Amino acid sequence: MTTMTQTRGRRYSSPGVLGGMGRAFLLAAYSPRFLFALTVFLLILSFGFLGPIILGRHDALMTVGGLYDKPSSTAWLGTDNFGRDVFTQLMYGIRTSLIIGFIAGSIATTLGLLIGTTAGFVGGTVENVLMAITNVVITIPSIVILILLSIAISTRSIVVMGMIIGITSWPWTARAVRAQASSLRTREHVDIARLSGAGTLSLIFSEIVPFMLSYVVMAFVLQLSSGILQEAALSMLGLGPSGNVSLGIMLQWALLWESVRTGAWWAFLPPALLLTLIAFSLLLLQSSIDEIFNPRLRRS
Amino acid sequence: MNAPSTQPPFLETQNLSRTFGHGAQLVRAVDRVSFTVRQGEIVAIVGESGSGKTTLGRLLLRLLDPTDGRILLHGQDVTALRGGKQLRTYWRKVQAVFQDPYSAFNQFYTNARVLSRSLDVLETQPSREERLQRTIDALREVGLDPEDTLFKYPHQLSGGQVQRVMIARALMVSPELLIADEPTSMLDASLRVTVLNLLKDLRDQRDMTILFITHDLGQAYYIADRVLVMYQGQMVEQGPVEEVLQNPQHDYTRRLMSDVPLLRGRKSFFGQ
Repeated sequence: MTTMTQTRGRRYSSPGVLGGMGRAFLLAAYSPRFLFALTVFLLILSFGFLGPIILGRHDALMTVGGLYDKPSSTAWLGTDNFGRDVFTQLMYGIRTSLIIGFIAGSIATTLGLLIGTTAGFVGGTVENVLMAITNVVITIPSIVILILLSIAISTRSIVVMGMIIGITSWPWTARAVRAQASSLRTREHVDIARLSGAGTLSLIFSEIVPFMLSYVVMAFVLQLSSGILQEAALSMLGLGPSGNVSLGIMLQWALLWESVRTGAWWAFLPPALLLTLIAFSLLLLQSSIDEIFNPRLRRS
Repeated sequence: MNAPSTQPPFLETQNLSRTFGHGAQLVRAVDRVSFTVRQGEIVAIVGESGSGKTTLGRLLLRLLDPTDGRILLHGQDVTALRGGKQLRTYWRKVQAVFQDPYSAFNQFYTNARVLSRSLDVLETQPSREERLQRTIDALREVGLDPEDTLFKYPHQLSGGQVQRVMIARALMVSPELLIADEPTSMLDASLRVTVLNLLKDLRDQRDMTILFITHDLGQAYYIADRVLVMYQGQMVEQGPVEEVLQNPQHDYTRRLMSDVPLLRGRKSFFGQ
């Protein structure tokens, strides 16, 4: 016995990090699309989270000028309807939008994964009931639920907004995950694991979920993107997070104070462009992740 | 002492049936199949694809519930076993090797992990040292070098090696019955004999009983003592392998025979 443990470290060395996941990361380094998308997204991320600290802008709602001042050396992107600096608002707006998108995406992906895997793996009546619920939720237009929920809740914090968006956008993920799980369930490695004495939870977490991981990562990226856009839609309707700046709220202000008619392009163009850029970089990220995980899509 | 009449057969099925769907779409995948297997016997289950031989294998493994009939191991009804805990006691005695070793292998795991994990089916969990020792022994037994293969992933091994790892996995808990479902059909012709000989050795050295499911009469002839012929879910013929292959009684067996290029070539070669 003791000789075994002694010889173990020496003779039988493990290959270390270069397993399945390690290879995926190596491949990622060679995919220019992935690198480009990641760089754009990281730039946006650091603009929102590091920008205010580096530039020393601590208050997005501080008045620095008059109504729709033109871009100048003090206010780089001009001022908004209350004379507040648009550039500072952009940084804080991105931060709010990303946090809400992240919370919404996490909740939607977790719920979708949980419901989809359970339905697909267990099958039978459980599957029918769960999918019936999912289909009912799909048929209800989510923007209506979002508006009703947003009105019902008096104080809408960032977290609450993220949760509202998250719990209305899981059904598509659940459906796709269910399809994958029920196809994975019939694979031979699941039978082998059962013959090896694995219980249901162990089967789900080691034989089903790892095989869907690439899909789940992609689904999360898409949910993140759609969460950000949904927040913008709600905020433009005046149902955004209270006491905060988000890209959608900036657009709402710009609309209400008629910046389009008065030609104050700096009030509505930067947030609209940034929203587009975030959605674009996330979509590109998603499709390049697909390229990395799916060998058939790989360009040599 | 052990009069053959009083001792129950090692494995017995009685009218084992499994249907899928209902109404007009009812498929009788396995239809009232009854047979017995003695300890230490290699029995080949032969049939074309769709004949129900794989379903029969899954029924015998208790991965699939029969719609009717019984399976008896040592005279004990095992069809009544329900839930993970009871089935685990069965899987300590009955293990399997499947057709495609790559799809049977969790691609995220190393050999060591897949092999040592199979000990989870045991009642008392062995220590880490014992797990490793048994893993190394099992790899040696199937002719693989543990030093070379222990921490490899399936994509780093050849098909023949992965299939041997899967056989090693089945041996980890020293089962009494091994159900091998077309274990050679994904392998190169040159590797097939190695795997077949390995299975033969297991029977000779460990007195293991083997159910060998195949569509290839040549392999059945090579490895098996007895052969069961399945056709459209039913067992149409059974008997010692020479008898069945030399003097097939059922039409379907005769057609199967005429479809084997090697045997036909031999017949004409010997001027028959």
